[in-house]
Amino acid sequence: MDMKVAKKKLGLKEKYRALTRDLGWDTTYQPKDAVFPYVGYEGIKIHDWDKWEDPFRLTMDAYWKYQAEKERKFYAIIDAHAQNNGHLNLTDARYLSALKIFLQAISPAEYASHKGFARTGREFPGVGTQVACQMQAIDEIRHAQTQIHAMSNYNRYYNGFHAFADTRDRIWYTSVARSFFDDAMSAGPFEFMIAIGFSFEYVLTNLLFVPFMSGAAYNGDMATVTFGFSAQSDEARHMTLGLECIKFMLEQDPDNLPIVQNWIDKWFWRGFRVLGLVSTMMDYMLPKRVMSWREAWDIYGVENGGALFKDLARYGIKPPKGWDDAEKAIDHMSHQFMLGLYQWSFGTAFHSWIPSEEDMNWLSAKYPDTFDKYYRPRWKHIKKLADAGTPFKNYGLAKLCQTCQLPTVFTEPDDPTLTCHRQSVYKGQKYHFCSDGCQHVFDNEPEKYVQAWLPMPQLFQEPINGDLGAWMEWVSLRDGKDNGDYAGSEDQRNFEAWRGLATTNQ
Amino acid sequence: MTVAAIREYIGVPRDSVENFGGKQIVYASWDRHLLFAAPFLLCLPPETPFRDLVAGPLTALVQADPDAVALDWTTVEWLKDNQPWAPDFDASLAANGIGHKDQLRFRTAGLNSLSAAA
Repeated sequence: MDMKVAKKKLGLKEKYRALTRDLGWDTTYQPKDAVFPYVGYEGIKIHDWDKWEDPFRLTMDAYWKYQAEKERKFYAIIDAHAQNNGHLNLTDARYLSALKIFLQAISPAEYASHKGFARTGREFPGVGTQVACQMQAIDEIRHAQTQIHAMSNYNRYYNGFHAFADTRDRIWYTSVARSFFDDAMSAGPFEFMIAIGFSFEYVLTNLLFVPFMSGAAYNGDMATVTFGFSAQSDEARHMTLGLECIKFMLEQDPDNLPIVQNWIDKWFWRGFRVLGLVSTMMDYMLPKRVMSWREAWDIYGVENGGALFKDLARYGIKPPKGWDDAEKAIDHMSHQFMLGLYQWSFGTAFHSWIPSEEDMNWLSAKYPDTFDKYYRPRWKHIKKLADAGTPFKNYGLAKLCQTCQLPTVFTEPDDPTLTCHRQSVYKGQKYHFCSDGCQHVFDNEPEKYVQAWLPMPQLFQEPINGDLGAWMEWVSLRDGKDNGDYAGSEDQRNFEAWRGLATTNQ
Repeated sequence: MTVAAIREYIGVPRDSVENFGGKQIVYASWDRHLLFAAPFLLCLPPETPFRDLVAGPLTALVQADPDAVALDWTTVEWLKDNQPWAPDFDASLAANGIGHKDQLRFRTAGLNSLSAAA
């Protein structure tokens, strides 16, 4: 064929245009509303989808090239880590508890996020949005995969890694993250973008990933550091997408402001509750700690978050409603939550332990106003019980919050000695909450949250009917291996024996 | 609006009382005794005498607290639905008006070894 080709290669801008905008078309044999049925019911008004700008203008071929390069580096390091017994370079096998929680609660969240972005990309009519969501959907499944691959090395040697999918679905402490994503995925596409794109990726991601990845580096976990690096450049893109999305909504119509504000209030608080898990990792589970939860909050919450909300103020956005309550909780939450994890450790697929005297001195230096006054006496008493041969196990199980699904371990914002009791009645039934923030979320959409699958009450229903042994089997928890105190655990014994082989002549 | 949805939407509560095989959930907690990280979740038949709830599971669960030995159940102050309330120890949970998922709290003024003043 004699066809004249004017130019062999498209420029970057033309290529982006060809690969995004040119893929959009107007429907002819179906009304547009029928093709995009979910875009209107949340009340968000969009007048011009072309105003959506994907700040990265990434095309698929460029995307594959970048990602393939990252994958090559990642798997080279993971292989080296496996071949060189990288697990023996850890500071201490206590570190693995943080990793187990990450695998059981956060890696499945990456996968949920993948599903959510794939769906949202389909539901938005704008082509720029569709492409950006599609790429994020692929990023997220890659993150889930690389995390699972990185941690599978530990599964060969240590307990608690083997059944993360069951743990995610069925055990109790992961349900805070599971319910966060279930809630987002069952919301409309715009709310999903605020929940995950904005609240999770923009406001909270640094608090989750930066301390966690630094924690991995500090504690000799090269596998985790590597997936952290591999994901980091994607995260920059995700954060920008989240921020662009919120600005787009606010610029399109002034009526969108109250809806967006309501979502920011809700998803900030829901995200803050997920961070409860992170706070315990930072303050208690890392043998070599990077910074305290309080210090991380000051940098990534107060400074970065504060700057963000200052930036959004020109649109009329106010800081989230729960912001002040969050600040009041910072010096308490890791201690309150960790005391819970310890006393219910018969039901956790990771180990916890009583902090040593040295650990407690660190905590008291980092939390001068709260640790010695409120929490050291409790740990000292728990230590006394353990020394007497009657270790503290709270078989009372726990009241859970109907919204965040965590045990209601948190106290009144202005009284750290009194549990926060909140309840609502809806259609004649009582529902309980851990905080005003969670109660507000429920009261806004009770019909949604009455359906919450709460792990503790479920234990007393069919088919478990209150049988703790049957429950353990159902959640794939191996009693005496995966759960309980780190002291005396198989993980502790094995790590010490193998490290001994690696570092001595015994 | 009780939920944002594209059409009429009715949620089915997962924790309705009929799912508990004739029993009900009762939450109980000891104010300012935070060695116990959260209120206890108990699952009991509604005909359980209140005395049995106290002498049975509740007494067993609070033993880990150093104040447990000095705990005098006849003098504690009770709250139900966060309001002051007086139980009849010989009546059943049902007769005491303790419904499914009710929260009971009890206070022991002056007895708080592990709790700092707020």
